[in-house]
Amino acid sequence: MGEMDQMKKEAEGLKSQIEAARKAAADTTLADAASGVAPAPRVQLKTRKTLKGHLAKIYAMHWATDCRLDHAMLMVSASQDGKLIIWDAFSGNKINAVPLKSSWVMTCAYAPSGNLVASGGLDNMCTVYNLKTPVVKTVKELDAHTGYLSCARFLSDTEILTASGDTTCALWDIETGKQKTVFLNHVGDCMCLALSPDMNMFISGACDSLAKLWDIRDGTCKQTFQGHTSDINAISFFPSGNAVVTGSDDCTCKMYDLRSDQEVISYQDAQLNSGVTSLALSVSGRLIFAGYDDFNCNIWDSLKGEKVGVLSGHDNRVSCTGVPQDGMCVCTGSWDSFLKIWN
Amino acid sequence: MSGSSNLVAMKKVVQQLRFEASINRVKVSQAAADLQQFCMQNALHDPLLTGVSSSTNPFRTQKLCSFL
Repeated sequence: MGEMDQMKKEAEGLKSQIEAARKAAADTTLADAASGVAPAPRVQLKTRKTLKGHLAKIYAMHWATDCRLDHAMLMVSASQDGKLIIWDAFSGNKINAVPLKSSWVMTCAYAPSGNLVASGGLDNMCTVYNLKTPVVKTVKELDAHTGYLSCARFLSDTEILTASGDTTCALWDIETGKQKTVFLNHVGDCMCLALSPDMNMFISGACDSLAKLWDIRDGTCKQTFQGHTSDINAISFFPSGNAVVTGSDDCTCKMYDLRSDQEVISYQDAQLNSGVTSLALSVSGRLIFAGYDDFNCNIWDSLKGEKVGVLSGHDNRVSCTGVPQDGMCVCTGSWDSFLKIWN
Repeated sequence: MSGSSNLVAMKKVVQQLRFEASINRVKVSQAAADLQQFCMQNALHDPLLTGVSSSTNPFRTQKLCSFL
C-alpha cells in the first residue's frame, strides 16, 4: 500500500475509534437526564426600547463588558449603512457614530476595557478604533486575512481574535498589527467565534458544519464537534465553560458538552425551516435566544430542548442577538435596521 | 508538487485525529448533571428567567406625575 493509502486507512480507523468512544460515553441524553427538572416558565418578554438610527441592514451587535457605567448601558452595532453606532441602551441615545471605510461590515466588537471597538467584513480587515480620544480614531488596520472577516472578539486592549472566510482564525497583537497565532484546521469559511469564560480557549463555527475548540496560547485544535448538516453561523459558550451552543443554516441549534466530546441535545422543530443566524444565552445558561431568518428570535429551554417563547417584532431577518453581562435583557438586531431591547 | 503537498496535508489530518482520539470522555450522565446543577444554582440570579419587576426594571422609565 502506498503511504497515502496507509494514512487514509489510519484516518478512517481513528474516526471509527472516536465514534465508538463517544458512543461508549453516551449513557443518556441531556433531555432524558433533565426529565425530572421543572420546565422553564413560559418566557414572555416585551420590547422595552427600539434603537433607531441605522439606515440599512444591521449585521452585528456586541454589549460592552462592564456595560453599566455612569447609569448608561453601552453596546455597539454595525450596519451596512457604513457606520458603527455606540448606544446607551437605557436612554436609546447614540453616544458615538463611527464612519467605516468599507460599508460591507459583518462584525463588531467592544473591548472589555470599554476603550476600543473593532469592525470588519468584506474588506478582509479588522479595524480597531479608540473611543476615548476626543474624536474617535482608527488605532490599527489588521490586514492579513485573505478572506472576509466574519467575527472579532477582544481579549484585551492589546489582543484580538478574528474568524475569517479564508478558513482560518487568528490572534493579533494590536500594537504591532501582526498575527501572533494562526489557527488552521477548518476546511470551510469560519463564520463565528466565542471566547471561553476563563479566556484560555475559544470555539469557532464554520461552513464545513464543524465547531472546533482551540487553545489560544498553543494554537492547537483540541476538539472537533460534528452533527450539523450546514454552515454554523453562531456559537457561544455555556456560562460554566463546559459546553458550547451552536446555531446553523440547517435550522437547528445544538449543545455540545466539552468533557463528553459530543452533541448532548438538539434544539429543533419540524415547523422551523429557517436558518439560525445568531444566538445568546441567559446568565444561568437555562435560556437560549436564537435569531432566525424568519424574522423571529426563538427562546429555548437549554436543558429540555423545548421552545418556551418567541420574540416577534422585527420586519426582517434577526441577524444578531446579545445578552449583557448582568443578564438584565436581551438585544436583537435585524436587517430591518432596528435593534430591540427586551426583558 | 501537488502529490507531496497532499501527503503533508494528509499527515496533518492523521496527526489531528490521533490527538482527538486520545482524549478522555466523561459520561453524558455526569456532564448532564453538571449542566443541570449550574442552571439550578444560578436560576435565581437570572433576570430573564425569573422576570424583572417593573419597579426594578432599569428599562422602564419612571414617569413622574405632578398635580397642576
